[in-house]
Amino acid sequence: MAEVKPKPKLNKKAVEMAKQEPKVRAKNFNEVALGYSEAEALEEASRCLQCPKPQCMTGCPVEVPIPGFIKLIREKKYDEAIALIKTKNALPAVCGRVCPQEVQCQNTCVVGKVGEPISIGRLERFLADWERDNGSQIPQKVPPTGKKIAIVGAGPAGLTAAADLVKLGHDVTMFEALHVGGGVLSYGIPEFRLPKAIVQNEVAYIQKLGVDLRLGNLVGRIHTIPELMKNGYDAVFIGSGAGLPQFSGCPGENLGGIYSANEFLIRVNLMKAFQFPDYDTPIRIGKHVVVIGGGNVAMDCARSSLRLGADVCLLYRRSRAELPARHEEIENAEEEGVVCKFLGAPVEFYGDESGWVKSMKCIAMELTEPDAKGRRGVKEIPGSEFMMDVDTVIVAIGQTPNPIIQRTTEGLQSDPRHGTICVNEVGKTSLDGVYAGGDVATGAATVISAMGAGKRAAKAMHEYIMNKK
Amino acid sequence: MSFAFHEVGKTTKALGLLNQNECIDNVTGPLGNPSEVKNFGKVLCVGGSVMIAPLLLQVKAMKAAGNNVTTILGARTEEFIMMEEEAKAISDKVYIATDDGSKGYAGLDFLRDLLKTEKFDRCVVMGPVILMKDVSEITKPYGIPTIVTLTPIMIDGMGMCGVCRVTVDGKMQFGCVDGPEFDGHKVDFDQLILRQRTMLPEERLSSVLWEIRGGCKCGGS
Repeated sequence: MAEVKPKPKLNKKAVEMAKQEPKVRAKNFNEVALGYSEAEALEEASRCLQCPKPQCMTGCPVEVPIPGFIKLIREKKYDEAIALIKTKNALPAVCGRVCPQEVQCQNTCVVGKVGEPISIGRLERFLADWERDNGSQIPQKVPPTGKKIAIVGAGPAGLTAAADLVKLGHDVTMFEALHVGGGVLSYGIPEFRLPKAIVQNEVAYIQKLGVDLRLGNLVGRIHTIPELMKNGYDAVFIGSGAGLPQFSGCPGENLGGIYSANEFLIRVNLMKAFQFPDYDTPIRIGKHVVVIGGGNVAMDCARSSLRLGADVCLLYRRSRAELPARHEEIENAEEEGVVCKFLGAPVEFYGDESGWVKSMKCIAMELTEPDAKGRRGVKEIPGSEFMMDVDTVIVAIGQTPNPIIQRTTEGLQSDPRHGTICVNEVGKTSLDGVYAGGDVATGAATVISAMGAGKRAAKAMHEYIMNKK
Repeated sequence: MSFAFHEVGKTTKALGLLNQNECIDNVTGPLGNPSEVKNFGKVLCVGGSVMIAPLLLQVKAMKAAGNNVTTILGARTEEFIMMEEEAKAISDKVYIATDDGSKGYAGLDFLRDLLKTEKFDRCVVMGPVILMKDVSEITKPYGIPTIVTLTPIMIDGMGMCGVCRVTVDGKMQFGCVDGPEFDGHKVDFDQLILRQRTMLPEERLSSVLWEIRGGCKCGGS
């Protein structure tokens, strides 16, 4: 193989990725970021130093061979490059778009110490998009092991575990409660950040690997975990996610027009309410929307509301410095016109005679000294209450694990306070042969951390079933 | 699998156009917690219009568990009383009531009288929210444990959306994962009625548009 030697110059600036203009994109649901052209990808790839001890890989939860695929981009061997990524990551089109690279691979990139790090995510996305246009290759099948594995939930954790296990020759069945696969990638993350056609393409790839995907099948109700084990599955992986929405508990929260982030996003993303009445599920949004919260989900709700034609205010109880959302998402939201109101929290909601919310009382907050974990607390400033007129309120203050499996699986240990399934470092639960990972084990976290958990569990499950008896 | 439904909006009208052995894109279930069925003694089962269909499954199960079962079938008018013969075949006693008195008793006053003379150990109600509210109010003074089956608006039915939140005994509960059965004496029915009506204008728009467009058989999406 011919070694391509880039000139030893260090370009400190990363190649920008084109985006829709803020004023334009705030009115449509099309993808905001437009991706690299081939020339841009080649230029960005040329900045990589090809470190002998790549630091970027230490920041990747699924150990993508980053310098390797970047080298193949330089050689224009795009098919080999994407195949190399897929040895470790079954969902590159997703990760290239929604991974928080700035705190992972790009955070540890050596170039980042003197300039802007290599845009690893954008390059990954370039390859995934290239593959979608040019057709994907399915790796050769290995001899079947005769072992049956059930995967519960077709979200990031489940898809990753399923891909790794089917590639090892196991017979993998994936049970998904909803009518489409993808989990949070389908119902949660909006179209303009992660187009649903791309998610479906990734799910289809997992099926092409040989995974049997059964939709509309809610494990815990239709079959329980013990029933699956009795029905001949050698091991089960639970990746049922953090679906249960949390509410503020303020009086008036059950008025019409107060949506949980999940309700709002499911209506808009999964059920395409933005195209009502051509699609059946409606959403009523009005003019003044307040989104409560400061995470990525809150940003998704705020930016979706904007696209539905509303004026949007994001109400966050801490200050800008503590916003848990990705910096890029905050920047995108503000560019598009979302107004952030910091150090404020809801107190009570008031409705009109039809039971629809019309105003809310809020209170100003102040930061307190950091706690042991370094996170600053907040307390109310007495007497600082203020009113806001609202047509819609979206409560985006977090999700807890879906409780159905925990309640219907005898002997499965879960944390009574957080509702998470208890697992060891490789994802093993208190039951033999039953593994869990992703948000159901950690509480709401990122797509890539769920994928990492799916990967670790798949490895442990493989060892478990191959060594059994 | 068999379905009972009223054609009231777009989806049920579209469902009504299907013939036996035709397909629906996606069906999932059963969802929710199983009903508590055991020998309570004397059980009163009350069903309103289309919910008579699932009620009769419970009547059958209660009967099989050794209970004496009195069944009340209720509806707005005679037209909406369904499965009367089936009810009679499996219940110890059947009463019929309509809002307008077009069949059986008019309204629920007869139930107030019945409870003065007969003792029940448990009451199960399935039907419109207003029926469940009224029956719960009637049984409360007699201390009859009354189980209502709530069907608040849901999107996924598996704990994700939170649309089906109801206030029970002052606490927030989800119809799908905590229910569908709740203690009727503790449910905030007035709040539930308001929440059921939140999307009425959109429901009407959807239904009217569907009619105008000539009732597409594919379900529209």
